[in-house]
Amino acid sequence: MIGLSHYLTVAAILFTIGVLGIFLNRRNVILMLMAIELILLAVNINLVAFSAYLGDLTGQVLAMFVLTVAAAEAAIGLAILVIFFRRRGSIAVDDVNRMRG
Amino acid sequence: MIPRFTAPLLPELVLSIGGTILMLLAAFTGRRGATLVSWLAVLLLLGATVALIGPPSHAGPVFDGMVSADLFASFGKAIMFPAAAVAIIAAHGWFERGTEHASEYSVLIVFAAAGMSVMVSATSLVALYVGLELNSLAGYVLAAYRRSDERSAEAGLKYFVLGALASGILLYGISLLYGFTGTMTFTGIAAAFARGTPSLGLLFGLVFVLAGLAFKASAVPFHMWTPDVYEGAPTPVTTFFASAPKVAAVLLATRLCVEGLGPATDAWRQIVIFAALASIFLGAIAAYGQTNIKRLLAYSSINNVGFAMIGLAAGGARGASSVLFYMAVYVVMTLGAFLCVLWMRDEEGRPVESIVSLSGLAQTRPRFAAAFAIFMFSLAGIPPLFGFWPKLVVFNAAVASGYVALAVAGILGTVIGAYYYLKIVKVMYMDEPAAPYARVREPVQGLLILVAAILVSPLGYLLIGPLGSLTDKAAGSLF
Repeated sequence: MIGLSHYLTVAAILFTIGVLGIFLNRRNVILMLMAIELILLAVNINLVAFSAYLGDLTGQVLAMFVLTVAAAEAAIGLAILVIFFRRRGSIAVDDVNRMRG
Repeated sequence: MIPRFTAPLLPELVLSIGGTILMLLAAFTGRRGATLVSWLAVLLLLGATVALIGPPSHAGPVFDGMVSADLFASFGKAIMFPAAAVAIIAAHGWFERGTEHASEYSVLIVFAAAGMSVMVSATSLVALYVGLELNSLAGYVLAAYRRSDERSAEAGLKYFVLGALASGILLYGISLLYGFTGTMTFTGIAAAFARGTPSLGLLFGLVFVLAGLAFKASAVPFHMWTPDVYEGAPTPVTTFFASAPKVAAVLLATRLCVEGLGPATDAWRQIVIFAALASIFLGAIAAYGQTNIKRLLAYSSINNVGFAMIGLAAGGARGASSVLFYMAVYVVMTLGAFLCVLWMRDEEGRPVESIVSLSGLAQTRPRFAAAFAIFMFSLAGIPPLFGFWPKLVVFNAAVASGYVALAVAGILGTVIGAYYYLKIVKVMYMDEPAAPYARVREPVQGLLILVAAILVSPLGYLLIGPLGSLTDKAAGSLF
């Protein structure tokens, strides 16, 4: 029988992969956007699992908000990435380094 | 006639509906309408400030405890809306007409203000998240607003990636708090914490949520984006970032800690104390070697958030009141300092950001230098100026709650931080004059600098009584 703890474990693993994906990845920024998406979806699994377990709808409502915001966020992130690429001609993480200090 | 249940939300309605109309206006008038749209946006923000009078300040819980229309929220909004209006006025004559779409700038600020408005009113994790994201999404676009500038695009990208990571961490914390308490409302969470020793899941949730909020307030150890974003973003946008959203984040953290996590004070107090001291010292020490004025003011803002968090760590109504007092004065000082930075232009009118270019400003532009010096002295917290008083209020609150060592450490931090503010004054008054700046013909901005300089001058002490009793009342509405 699959219970609450299984869902929470999966969500925790996905969340960790997402965070590591942002910090360990040195190749390109698109991978970072994917990692961010992974984090948000991990949270959604958490919210829906808790919501079903508690028999309370609020968690699922928040999951809907998160989906909407994630879509807006991805759109804005890609738009900023396009501007960046136009100026620099690269989306490698190591090239995001005009400012240091 | 306004229906009963929407009357408490009038400021938010004004901003969101007005902002949508302004966006359409901006789309239809194109570049010709930029000036019109920006003045309408300023009017809209001032109108929203006026709309705070009445039900929005006293109605109490709205929408089943989702948000609260109380004096605490209204006080925050009364600071943030005018600060956002100043940020719009700051952009006049900044973006080159023809290459940039200046009208969207004002609309984005209005939407960010609507988000901040929800943030300070939020009494539920759902409203907290939605308000925070509305503010952040507008912020990401604003940071990357100057598309022709490489640094602006990089600032936008950095702010976006780290900001999205922070909201992910915040959300994970929210999901844990929700799962282990079974409710999203602050009062329900407080009741769950009061039931005995909090479980490990609850503590994890608390830490994650505080980490996400610390990012938005740019408190150490989640400050690393601040210098880069402040330097790279166009200066009017930096003016905005340093003022209103910071107030929103600090006030949101205060409300969450007091209303939602009140019974768990022992759990979060150590975290807040650590963040406060780390922010004060890192902000003071890392600013030493900076040569770019915007970067230096970024560290200054990290440093200032640390002082506000000392008030939060002190706890109780007095601590919350000192946070409000601190943020109110901080906003005026920061806006003034950034308006001065906006006026740093070379002969061709291009913006300059190096501290060296300020050399001998007192000889070429004595009044400009005097205003800049007033803001620097005030940020440093040197007594005759008003910036000294909020620091005193915060330290008093800490001592009153028995955190004498914390107050002493804060005073040490002030002394270290004073060095780099005074260095700027030294450069302006004692060094050989550099090439003089071009004159900026923006009478409204000049007036705003004058008003800000008067407010933080010793004349500001006249405000202590009214502002003090107002912050006490506002903080009292939390308890």
